[in-house]
Amino acid sequence: MTIQTPNGFSLDNAGKRIVVDPVTRIEGHLRVEVNVDEGAVIRNAVSTGTMWRGIEVILKGRDPRDAWAFTERICGVCTGTHALTSVRAVEDALAIKIPENANTIRNIMQLTLQAHDHLVHFYHLHALDWVDVVSALKADPKATSALAQSISPWPLSSPGYFKDIQGRLTRFVESGQLGPFKNGYWGSPAYKLPPEANLMAVAHYLEALDFQKEIVKIHTIYGGKNPHPNWLVGGVPCAINVDGTGAVGAVNMERLNTVSEIIDRTSDFINQVYLPDLMAIASFYKDWLYGGGLSSTCVMSYGDIPEHANDYSDKSLKLPRGAIVGGNLAEVLPIDLRNPEEIQEYVVHSWYKYPDETKGLHPWDGVTEPNFALGPATKGTRTNIEELDESAKYSFIKAPRWKGHAMEVGPLARWVIGYAQGKPEFKEPVEKVLTDLGLPVTALFSTLGRTAARGLEAQWAAGQLRYFQDKLIATIKAGDSSTANTDKWRPETWPADARGVGFSEAPRGALGHWIRIKDQKIDNYQCIVPTTWNGSPRDPKGNIGAFEASLLNTPMADPNQPLEIIRTLHSFDPCLACSTHVMSPDGQEMTTVQVR
Amino acid sequence: MELAPERDRPRTLVLGIGNILWADEGFGVRAVEAFHRRFRTPDGVALLDGGTQGLYLVQHVTDADRLLVFDAIDYGLEPGTLRLVEGDAAPRFMGVKKLSLHQTGFQEVLSAADLLGRYPREIALIGCQPLDLEDWGGPLTAPVAARIEPALALARAVLRNWGVEVVPREVGEDEPALLGNDLDISAFERRQARG
Repeated sequence: MTIQTPNGFSLDNAGKRIVVDPVTRIEGHLRVEVNVDEGAVIRNAVSTGTMWRGIEVILKGRDPRDAWAFTERICGVCTGTHALTSVRAVEDALAIKIPENANTIRNIMQLTLQAHDHLVHFYHLHALDWVDVVSALKADPKATSALAQSISPWPLSSPGYFKDIQGRLTRFVESGQLGPFKNGYWGSPAYKLPPEANLMAVAHYLEALDFQKEIVKIHTIYGGKNPHPNWLVGGVPCAINVDGTGAVGAVNMERLNTVSEIIDRTSDFINQVYLPDLMAIASFYKDWLYGGGLSSTCVMSYGDIPEHANDYSDKSLKLPRGAIVGGNLAEVLPIDLRNPEEIQEYVVHSWYKYPDETKGLHPWDGVTEPNFALGPATKGTRTNIEELDESAKYSFIKAPRWKGHAMEVGPLARWVIGYAQGKPEFKEPVEKVLTDLGLPVTALFSTLGRTAARGLEAQWAAGQLRYFQDKLIATIKAGDSSTANTDKWRPETWPADARGVGFSEAPRGALGHWIRIKDQKIDNYQCIVPTTWNGSPRDPKGNIGAFEASLLNTPMADPNQPLEIIRTLHSFDPCLACSTHVMSPDGQEMTTVQVR
Repeated sequence: MELAPERDRPRTLVLGIGNILWADEGFGVRAVEAFHRRFRTPDGVALLDGGTQGLYLVQHVTDADRLLVFDAIDYGLEPGTLRLVEGDAAPRFMGVKKLSLHQTGFQEVLSAADLLGRYPREIALIGCQPLDLEDWGGPLTAPVAARIEPALALARAVLRNWGVEVVPREVGEDEPALLGNDLDISAFERRQARG
């Protein structure tokens, strides 16, 4: 039966059903089911989070000043961005102003996370959807060297270097311990790179793995430790002491110089390795422009990286803020995270219970009460679902909507909005990539476009890191070393009732925390994370979310090897840990594919 | 498998992994937290609350000559069963079954360290069979909580075997906790005690 969704998609679940579970290379709790037609083209997609989440259960009754530390534990990937969003929510509720240096250091922490996360995502979570590791064994190291030198001045590019990498890889593969490479569909016809490009990418996979540790040293310096850096309501928990006579661990000139040097090296790595690789890989996949989904119609960004402390206006935010609906790039609409009529979460297709499920709830009034029930057309059992019934409840992810619209969030959303606003720092790099690849602007709305936007954003983040580090040093040199405002640290100074919202742009998209504080304790705490937006199930009107939309109409080279599905879903950098919580005590299994 | 280069003084990492928000899944972190509270360690020994950092722990692993890991491991045994696995057998137990939020099985972290050509010379895994991984925000269950003490004794013996002596802290010794901001085990679990 064919269904037309209000947001413009056509769904047909008559064909063969394919189940991919779990989908993510790094994260195990996303499952997708698709129906393909006789030509192996995807005509229906069902995305489900198989875990229940409930951070509010843990936070209720705790001290709001500690909430960041708990939210930092929700997820192993975006720890700092949850912490940042949490302290912003509490500061918003209690009207706490932070010093300029605190804003600058927070931006550096967040930009570091962006650069680090994008780099790790590209090489370690996504590249192998485009790069065939086993094919790299067949590469000619000399030709690989010539290829590498033709696209970048990066010094590690000799034939001997690539021969050594190939030897290491051969030993590794022959030992049977494929380790991080074990989930690939090696040899699939959906891989398009020549062996030399594959070998170059594998070499850079290893270099990036080694280099990423340098980037996070910035978190150790400004956050006191890594993993799990420290944050503080009212500022940042790092003292600045440039003459080196103060407290142990204070940020001194030597540490500031260390950060500066890491920023330069990060910038070099992104410019000379990441982006040339991205362009080289993209040039072989120019005709694979599937996966656009909602990106050409409905995208949203909350914005982030405020230029000025305590100024969260559109003008101050260097990552753009706004929403585009109906594909109207001529108008970027303003958004208001406080307005109860704008952001609402629905649960008609989610395993939760609302008093009235035809209506959505704003997160300040959010309810998270689990209700695991399966529809009549489900195949299998409650503990071993073979096929979901998407006409009923089918996911532990809620369905957030902005003014009723399903929205895509993430790097592509941010860059489409920046592009639509005509901001040169977004528009010009996008145009250059399109020109270099010989592609029209519509090519942006694709899996490849999402992956490219992430690369451009990593480059942008490195540039902004330099800007804010210089700003910090200039402010300190001018005599301002203040990093925290403790005026309202004591709970006695707080109102009896308060509510606030904190937002940020996590690497994978818009992140919001909504808090209610009553009698100095947390009364309600709701997070809407990027993967809740992108991975959402259908809403009462039948609008499909970004993941489901992105899979439609994609042809599969071989339905037994769902590489195309994984490639597109990975391009969102999904992170299920914080959007949902574990359902099965059996833990996760290796990726399984069932074709029915 | 390529080994870490010889150093004048070998580096030892005592690592706890897991998610403290999920009941027994927090065993590894709670064990390293307790280890830190109980013992003073000599130079060259690092203690780390690895949480659910997955692949991001690779640099800590490549930096270590000796690696001791605490973790909740599903051996298919009675809940609360403590097992020490050493050497080449250890990685097999850390990847067969990925538990909850370990976004990368720890086996993959070890593989990545191996690919980078810097693999710890010694590896020991102290694993505890969990009872409950579904109690979101819940405490360690009684059979698992009861194994923290024996796990510390086991860890001390492993380290001694490696030539690393740890010394019990003095009574009243003031050492900052490994986990702060209400995440230390007594603050975290007080809610459960309250009911």
